[in-house]
Amino acid sequence: MTTRSTAARAVTLLLLVLLAAACGKKEPPVARPMPPPPPDTAEVQPPPEPPAPVQEPTDVPFEPEDPIASGSIDDINRNSPLQPVFYTLDSAEIDGSGQQALQHNAEVLKRYSSWQITIEGHADERGTAEYNLALGERRAVSARNYLISLGISADRVKTVSYGKEFPFDPGHNEEAWSKNRRAHFVVTGK
Amino acid sequence: MQTRALAATLAATLVLATASASTQDSPTQSPEPDRPASQPSSVILEVTGEAGLPPRYAVPDFVALSGDPATQEAAKTMGQVLWDDLAFEREFYMIPRNTYASIPIPRRISDIQLDRWREVGADGLVVGTVEKTDSGLRVEVRLLGVKGGQTAFSREYTGSAANPRFYAHTIADDIHMEQRRLPGVARTKLTFSSDRDRTRASGTVENREIKEVYISDYDGANQRRVTATRALNITPTWSPDGRAIAYTSYRSGFPDVLISLIYQGKLERPTGGRSQNWLPAWSPDGTRIVFTSNRDGNPELYVMDRDGSGVRRITNHPAIDTTPTWSPTGREIAFTSDRSGTPQIYIAEATGLNVRRITSGSYCDRPTWSPAPHNELAYVCKTGPGYDVFLYSFARGEAQRITQGEGSNESPTFAPTGRHLAFTSTRAGRSHIFTVGRDGIGMRQVTTAGNNYTPDWSK
Repeated sequence: MTTRSTAARAVTLLLLVLLAAACGKKEPPVARPMPPPPPDTAEVQPPPEPPAPVQEPTDVPFEPEDPIASGSIDDINRNSPLQPVFYTLDSAEIDGSGQQALQHNAEVLKRYSSWQITIEGHADERGTAEYNLALGERRAVSARNYLISLGISADRVKTVSYGKEFPFDPGHNEEAWSKNRRAHFVVTGK
Repeated sequence: MQTRALAATLAATLVLATASASTQDSPTQSPEPDRPASQPSSVILEVTGEAGLPPRYAVPDFVALSGDPATQEAAKTMGQVLWDDLAFEREFYMIPRNTYASIPIPRRISDIQLDRWREVGADGLVVGTVEKTDSGLRVEVRLLGVKGGQTAFSREYTGSAANPRFYAHTIADDIHMEQRRLPGVARTKLTFSSDRDRTRASGTVENREIKEVYISDYDGANQRRVTATRALNITPTWSPDGRAIAYTSYRSGFPDVLISLIYQGKLERPTGGRSQNWLPAWSPDGTRIVFTSNRDGNPELYVMDRDGSGVRRITNHPAIDTTPTWSPTGREIAFTSDRSGTPQIYIAEATGLNVRRITSGSYCDRPTWSPAPHNELAYVCKTGPGYDVFLYSFARGEAQRITQGEGSNESPTFAPTGRHLAFTSTRAGRSHIFTVGRDGIGMRQVTTAGNNYTPDWSK
């Protein structure tokens, strides 16, 4: 019973729709007063033009595809946007260029606000193996404190000292040593 | 799996070492040469030299009483190692072995031609025989006074055939004790870190070469790896009983103090692994460990019980305080601090009170306190491009330089007698472990592979 009446109702609806469509076709003639119809045939296309703005949204996926944010942690560290801080001999003080590097790093960490980092403190080979473990810790901590002063949350930043155990440049001259007295930034979570 | 296998291998191969680590003989260690209680030793006689000179000793190859190659080799090894052990302590003048290589050694000691030994100027002659037995080896040794032909020392040793060097070490210690009242160090051991395996750290982006903890006999023989974590493992130090090594390990990604019970293959983590902790040093009685930690934000010294309980902070200074060592009494601690602006050596009571500065060099580190009765502190100071080892005498209030600028010399540690030091030096190119008398004489290179660091001598 109900099925039958539903079917009947559907048929009625269909007829109404067809009727409306037929009526609709009659309306364009009403618009005829509009002047140049012939060239319009080709210009029926313009309405599709709005798709142009539709293309704009394709820019939105661009941000998620940020090669930095989308890479693995290893990829990020291999080509890190975080800059090292360099120190003078037996010192953990951050000089002007170190401050610039840390300001840059703070910006990066604000942009990628989910990143967790470890600051590694390193020393050159001229100090002793034992004392350099403490010196490296000092360097890492001074860099961490500076980042915190720039508004980076303390619980995002860990430190570790490697003393002179992992030199970046194996050389035995000032050029190598100056590279090895550093705070090195490693992303450990994102 | 690998770790477990290694631990098992280590446990199996180190039974000898276990015995050697303590100078007291342990009857339960079967592979150790047993000393039959019934064996009489006539120790009344002392072999003497010319007036005012040390006695001149000859130690030819031991005689193999069994024809098999292993026993023949063991006999050769024992003679050479015994000569080296006796030369190490410099209590006797050791006649170079090539000067008497042509003198035949008879199988029976009564057949020895003493005339030939008088000709090479020997006062004492150490002869030994090695015989293969069902269970291992039997070694008989005699020290003869060449002038009168009397026996000054006579002993028999039995045990495993696995490590002939250990017989020689035991004999050397016995001869030193009987002839000189000197507790020898021939059965002591070294521990150090080495990069010889060229293992890369796991889990880091850069190619970083890690270091593992090794042990060896005092003379560099029987070098074996203790750690296998593919992480940095450094600054190992023996527990006073020689059964454990405390060290700084980065296996969790940051430095922490671990204790490896090397003969049981067990690992302890007394600090609980929350903060960074490094450079452990045992108290003389082995019940406590002093170490550096940044747990309060700055490198300071802390003392804990061996199980990690009862942690007490003993320094409180915004400068760096690190590299601690205990005095032989356990009442004082020496350490490094840059509170004056540069790293210098200080001592304080073990509570941290009464801090006193010892050095005034440009940069000094790694103090290590001599065992009693020597009242000295060894450390290194920068003397040029590198470092040299110094000995500070508390009695005289002054320091004496032990190394003389050959390469950079770092990380001194005392032999348990205080008569020798081990340290690292770059004098031969790479960083190797050397031993030397506390007077700077008798330099010996102990390691030859890779780079080697931060040695510690068993107690």
